[in-house]
Amino acid sequence: MEIFELTLHELHQKLKAKELSSVEATRAMLARIESVEDRVNAFISVTPEQALLEAEAADRRISRGEIDLLTGIPIGLKDIFITKGIRTTCGSKILENFVPPYDGTAVARLKERGAVIVGKLNQDEFAMGSSTESSYFGATRNPWDLDCTPGGSSGGSAAAVAAQQATATLGTDTGGSIRQPASHCGCVGLKPTYGRVSRYGVIAYASSLDQVGPLTRDVTDAAIMLGAVAGYDPLDSTSVDTPVPDYLAGLSAGVKGLKIGLPKEYFIEGLDPDVKHSLDQAIALYRSLGAEIREVSLPHTEYAVATYYLVATAEASSNLARYDGVRFGHRSEAARGLADMYAKSRAEGFGSEVKRRIMLGTYALSSGYYDAYYLKAQKVRTLIQQDFLGAFQEVDLLLTPIAPTPPFKIGEKLADPLQMYLSDIFTIPVNLAGTCALSVPAGFSGGGLPIGLQLIGKPFGEQSILSAAYAFERETDWHKRKAAL
Amino acid sequence: MKYQVVIGLEVHTQLTTNTKIFCGCSTRFGAPPNSQTCPVCLGLPGALPVLNRKVVDYAIRAGLATNCSIAPRSIFARKNYFYPDLPKGYQISQFDLPICLNGHLDIEVEGERKRIGITRIHMEEDAGKLVHADLPGVGDDSCVDLNRACTPLLEVVSEPDLRSPDEAIAYLKKLHQIVVYLGICDGNLEEGSFRCDANVSLMPVGSTVFGTRAELKNINSFRFIKQAIEYEMERQAEILDEGGRIIQETRLFDPNTGTTRSMRGKEEAHDYRYFPDPDLVPVIIDEAWIAEVRATLPELPEAKRTRFAAELGLSEYDAEVLAASRELAAYFEATVALFPQPKTVSNWVMGEVTRALNEDGKGIADSPVSPAQLAALLQLMEQGTISGKIAKTVFDEMYKTGKEPAAIVAEKGLVQVSDTGAIEAIIDEVLAKEAGQLAEYRSGKDKLFGFFVGQVMRASKGKANPALVNELLLKKLNG
Repeated sequence: MEIFELTLHELHQKLKAKELSSVEATRAMLARIESVEDRVNAFISVTPEQALLEAEAADRRISRGEIDLLTGIPIGLKDIFITKGIRTTCGSKILENFVPPYDGTAVARLKERGAVIVGKLNQDEFAMGSSTESSYFGATRNPWDLDCTPGGSSGGSAAAVAAQQATATLGTDTGGSIRQPASHCGCVGLKPTYGRVSRYGVIAYASSLDQVGPLTRDVTDAAIMLGAVAGYDPLDSTSVDTPVPDYLAGLSAGVKGLKIGLPKEYFIEGLDPDVKHSLDQAIALYRSLGAEIREVSLPHTEYAVATYYLVATAEASSNLARYDGVRFGHRSEAARGLADMYAKSRAEGFGSEVKRRIMLGTYALSSGYYDAYYLKAQKVRTLIQQDFLGAFQEVDLLLTPIAPTPPFKIGEKLADPLQMYLSDIFTIPVNLAGTCALSVPAGFSGGGLPIGLQLIGKPFGEQSILSAAYAFERETDWHKRKAAL
Repeated sequence: MKYQVVIGLEVHTQLTTNTKIFCGCSTRFGAPPNSQTCPVCLGLPGALPVLNRKVVDYAIRAGLATNCSIAPRSIFARKNYFYPDLPKGYQISQFDLPICLNGHLDIEVEGERKRIGITRIHMEEDAGKLVHADLPGVGDDSCVDLNRACTPLLEVVSEPDLRSPDEAIAYLKKLHQIVVYLGICDGNLEEGSFRCDANVSLMPVGSTVFGTRAELKNINSFRFIKQAIEYEMERQAEILDEGGRIIQETRLFDPNTGTTRSMRGKEEAHDYRYFPDPDLVPVIIDEAWIAEVRATLPELPEAKRTRFAAELGLSEYDAEVLAASRELAAYFEATVALFPQPKTVSNWVMGEVTRALNEDGKGIADSPVSPAQLAALLQLMEQGTISGKIAKTVFDEMYKTGKEPAAIVAEKGLVQVSDTGAIEAIIDEVLAKEAGQLAEYRSGKDKLFGFFVGQVMRASKGKANPALVNELLLKKLNG
């Protein structure tokens, strides 16, 4: 077993037992990155010198007996995470050379525990996309099939886990951007409840939807990563002050007697047959483990995508106004005068998908349209939220597909942005409702491409979806397969 | 055609909290450019706002002092527009649900009292500053200083109830006094702590339909406000008289020419695309919080003025002057507490104390003479130990040296002479010396009485008790 093949908890055991040093583990990871990166393109920036310094520091801590679950572990961060002194681009030309003067909270918490940052990972520009194809730094390829996308927007984070270029990674999820790439790359991806993890130091896309979460090789690792970053942050007014449970403690609770709901609106005609097959198998497995399966209804599901593309784009149009070439980021050389500087810097710096969403969002907020679009969307959002809360009166969690199809080919969905938008149908409602969900590997398509299943939990019910996923993982070995690179 | 002016005022007051409204940076004025900044107020990617609770306290104070109702739930909203002094490309303000609503201020103009409505008060962050002057190494470019960005502001919006420039000034002065009294704003117009924009329109006298208004900006003194409004009234009247239409626009006041000029051409009202800020939670204010703030409200100037006049017997004028400044009123009351003769104290505070401080360029808070010392001085006067005239000399010495009045009197031997025998002796001396004048007085020149008084005072080096001198001199001259 290569070092880079180890899960986080396995690597931790070896570090603790002093069978391995963090420097060795980090070197192995950096070598792995180098050997496959030209094919995967998961990273925007690799930080070998910094990583080795951090690994040395971690080793010093470990030798003093100060070892945390994250100490010495090589981690990759989506390039949306603000890292002090390390270039942070958010997948965009407009931040191509932006080096932040501070660390975000999630990053700081990982560093406090002695994690080693190996690099910043590729993503759709400003997290707007489902395939990582909109990155200014080129598309990332799916390690399972290099002609396919890894999904998005946290495509680099998922691909790096699948290609074993990092022991674990952090991504963000606004409409499915952790869960969908995790599903497409055969790894575990978790979106916590809104407010569970601090957004301070996360470049904002849609403020009321964005959440930070882990992408990992297995469920245990996800529990560890979540525990490392979760918790109230006074620097984020939307972070919630409730205690963080020990996510590892309840992992093997099992699913006996657990009520699992299947929202009928998610099991639609036109679901890819391989996806349907995997889901059916999973449902049968849960049944055999003692869970009670019921049909439920989330009646406003059909409005979710439209609602999302009004709320998210509106917030994004405002969040991205700060990229104006004045204080940081790209400033056009061709500009003459103030208005020109704004127009040219942004026109040159932003990619087409970002421009599309800024315009859409601006329109939705504009005078005469605000009520009909933004306000109306927020009202529908309340109904969608109520759908979930209603369902959770009857069941403990929900089981659904992640994506209607297995991973698609690079370039396949670029012709029609709407097609791309519609493929987020199963993940978007969770963000609108603000609750938690994860993706766990549940099978492979006929073509050998990964298929994930989604478990949706009650608000702050991360423990129950982790343990339900753990129970599933224990009985299957989808997560043990490795992409042949 | 005769027109009636309608004025509404929007005042932005910078709050004197130690730190900014959404981050922990200092709000101190005058620091080197961009030295009081952080990721939040710089609007760096990934930064998030966190509300400074004190700002809410101050807003509640302002609302209570202006008779507003305090919203139990209020929301921050983003006001979106592009400008280099606005780092995020939006200003965090309040739109639909401001913290205070429906208040009023009472003003007095030429003896007439009038109630001016306050539509709303809301919290918002200030923008940074643009510097266009020639800076070394920068040449023609403009520079951005973001020290001021994110400073807390309260915007106070009046109803369009004002009907003359004088009413506008009265309203502004009253509001200014209140916010300074409350200790929430330092009221420094030149530094931009208290900024006023005026909405001015004309309607035909007798009409109830408001005309189109122009918004006047960049006015940083009360005098300029009057100038700006009067100019605007003339300008609009001319246009209307010629049958033209007033354009709704923003106009900048130019203090050099006393005129206003259009800032934004024929632009429609800017679409700021307000929406509730998703990075902040609603501000929930319960009765307990309001009660807590109410308990800390100082007595406001108007109530203090009334009390000074009614309970302490001061004249309206004196009451107004003393109540105008919280520190001055406090000094006055502290002195009265030790020397309970309000009229005497008020004469001295408004007289000698103020004169000395003005000459010295100091404010009452820095007075070298404390209320206790002033009271001690007045005691000595009352006891007859020194005369009123000597007391002024002693006061000047107190101001210069900080010594106690009794010590100065002793040192300089200024104790008033009230010994009738001693005074009589001096009178005899004087009368003997001025035999000629005495003869003239006795033959009818009554005016010479004052001359004799002066001579006796001089001979006694000012220490003779003036009342006794008068009494005894009269007896001697006529007896």
